[in-house]
Amino acid sequence: MSNLTGELTVQADTTAPLRAAGQRHLLRNRLPMHITLLIFAFLVMLPAYFMLITAFKSQDEYVFNKIGLPQTFTLSSFETALRGGRFFLWFGNSLILTIGSVLLAGSVSVLAAFAFARMQFRGRNLLMLINTALMVIPPVVMIVPLFLFLGEFNLTSTYQGAIIVYAGLITPFSIYMLTNFFKTIPHELIEAALIDGATIRDILRRVIVPLSAPALVTMVIVNALWVWNDLLIALVLLPKDELRTLMVGITVFGTRFNSDVPVTMAGMLLASVPMIVLYLLGQRYFIKGLIAGAIKE
Amino acid sequence: MIKTGRFTPYLFLLPGVVLLLFVFGYPLVSIFDFSMRRIRVNVGPYIGIANYEQIFKDDVFKQAIQHNVLLLAAVPIIVVLSLLLAILLYERITGWKVYRTILFLPYIIAIPIIGVVVSNMFQLNGIVNESLRTVGLGNAALDWIGSPQLALLTIMGTIVWREMGFGIILFLARLLSLNEELEDAAKVDGAEWWQRRLYITIPQMRGVIEFYGVISMITMLAWVFAYIYAITHGGPGNATVVLELYMYNFAFRNALPGIASAVAVILLVITLFLMIPVFLLRIREQRESEDRL
Repeated sequence: MSNLTGELTVQADTTAPLRAAGQRHLLRNRLPMHITLLIFAFLVMLPAYFMLITAFKSQDEYVFNKIGLPQTFTLSSFETALRGGRFFLWFGNSLILTIGSVLLAGSVSVLAAFAFARMQFRGRNLLMLINTALMVIPPVVMIVPLFLFLGEFNLTSTYQGAIIVYAGLITPFSIYMLTNFFKTIPHELIEAALIDGATIRDILRRVIVPLSAPALVTMVIVNALWVWNDLLIALVLLPKDELRTLMVGITVFGTRFNSDVPVTMAGMLLASVPMIVLYLLGQRYFIKGLIAGAIKE
Repeated sequence: MIKTGRFTPYLFLLPGVVLLLFVFGYPLVSIFDFSMRRIRVNVGPYIGIANYEQIFKDDVFKQAIQHNVLLLAAVPIIVVLSLLLAILLYERITGWKVYRTILFLPYIIAIPIIGVVVSNMFQLNGIVNESLRTVGLGNAALDWIGSPQLALLTIMGTIVWREMGFGIILFLARLLSLNEELEDAAKVDGAEWWQRRLYITIPQMRGVIEFYGVISMITMLAWVFAYIYAITHGGPGNATVVLELYMYNFAFRNALPGIASAVAVILLVITLFLMIPVFLLRIREQRESEDRL
C-alpha cells in the first residue's frame, strides 16, 4: 500500500518539442478532469459548509440569511448547545465505550492473530474462514438475542455489557487484519529470539507486538471510528438517559432544537470535530485500515 | 511456523473464541429458535412458522422490502461514480491529494450527524430550497423529507453521497497497485485515454469492483438503519420504513422479539446468499497464497 502516496513519474526519454506538445495535450485533457473533481468536491463539502456557516449565526439572522456567510458572528449557539452539560456526558460515555471495547478487542485479537499467523493447528483454515464470514454479518441481525441475553445477566444499561458487544463486533476484522500483518514479519527474527531462549510469550511481547505498531495503530483507529459512530447498538443496549452516547444524544438533540437550526448545527459541529481532527492527522492509517478488509496487501 | 505444544494455539485463540461465541455464535443460533416462538419478555411457546406467516401478510413488511429494493437501485450509481472519481484521481493531476482528502471526508463523519444536517438542509424552508428559489428554480423547491414520494429518494441521495467515499478509496488503492506495463504498451500502440481505461484498467479491477458491488448491496439491505432513524424515523407514514427499522420497531417498540427474530433470519439469509460469490473468491485466494508458501 506504500504506493498509495506515489507521485507522478516523469519520463525522460522524450525530446523537448515533443514534450511541450505533450504538455499542451495533457492540459487540454486535464481541464475536464479538474472540472469534474471540483464539482464533486463542491457537492461533498456542501453539508460541511452549511454546518459551519449556520453554527455561527444567530437564530434571527438564520431566518433571513440562510445561504450566505454570517454577518454578525456569534458563539451563542455553542453556549446553548453545551448548556446543562449533557453534551459532555454523552461525549464521556462514547469515550468510555470506545476505549473499553477497542482495548478488549485489541487484546483478544493480538493473541488469536498470533496463533493464526505463526502456529500450526488443526482447524486453522476453517476457523479463519468463519472469522472472515463474520466480518460481513450486519450487527442488526444479532441485536434481539443480545438484548435479551444481556438482560438475563443484568447487563443491559451497563458499560460492561455494551463494551463486550462492541468488542465482539469489531474482533473479526481485527483478527483478520492482524493475522495478515503478523504473517509479514520475517521468520528469522523469531528464530533468533528462540535461539536466545525466548518463550512463546516473549516472542509475542518482545518481537511481534513492537514490530506491529503501524498495524496496531490502524486497527485502533478503524475500530474507534466504528464504535464512536455507531447508533443502533447504543440505542438498544443503553436506553438509560445518563448512559446515552454522543450519537444517540445528537439524534435526540436534533429533534429537541429542531426549530433552532443554528443551535442544532453548533451541536453537530462539536460532535464531528473529534473524528475530523483524527482523520486529518492520521489519514494514512484511516485509509489503510478501511481497505485492509477488502484488499490483501 | 513456531513449534508449540499441541494445545498452546488453542489457548491463544480461547479469549477471542469465547467473545465471538457470545456476540455472534449464540445470537445467530437463537434467532432461528426465537423466530419460531411467541416470545413475551424472553420465553414463549413454540408456534412453528406463524411469525413468518404473519410478517408476509403484513403490508408494512411488503413496503419495507420495496424500499430496500429501491435502495438497491442506487448500487450501480455508487459503483460507477466512485469508479469514475477514482480513475480521475489516478491521473494524479495537480491537487489530487486534496481532492482525495475531501472526497473521503463524508465517510469519516458519523451517519447520525449527517442525518441531522441533511434533514435541516432539505427542510421546506431549508438552505436547499432557499438556494433554488434564489436562482429562480422555485418550482424545483420541493418538500424533500415531508413528502412520501420524495423522502426515500432524499435518503438514497444521502447514502450515495456518503458511501461513495469508501468506493473511491478502495478503487484508488487497487488502481495504484496495477501493473503499468500494459498501460504503457497500449499508449505506444496509440490507444486513446478512454480506450485504455475501458479496455485495460477496468477489466483488471474486476475483482474489487465485484467485491464493492456486493458490499454495497449488503449495505443497502442491512446497514441503512442509522440514516433512516436520523432523517425520518421511517416516516412520513411508512414511506421510508426499511427491513431494519421494521425489525427494530417489532423488537423494541411492540416488544415482540419473536417476529423481530424472523425478520433477522430473513436479513441473515439474504446477506449470506449475497456473500457466496465473494466468499468463493476469498477461498481461492487463500488456496493460492498457501500454495506459494
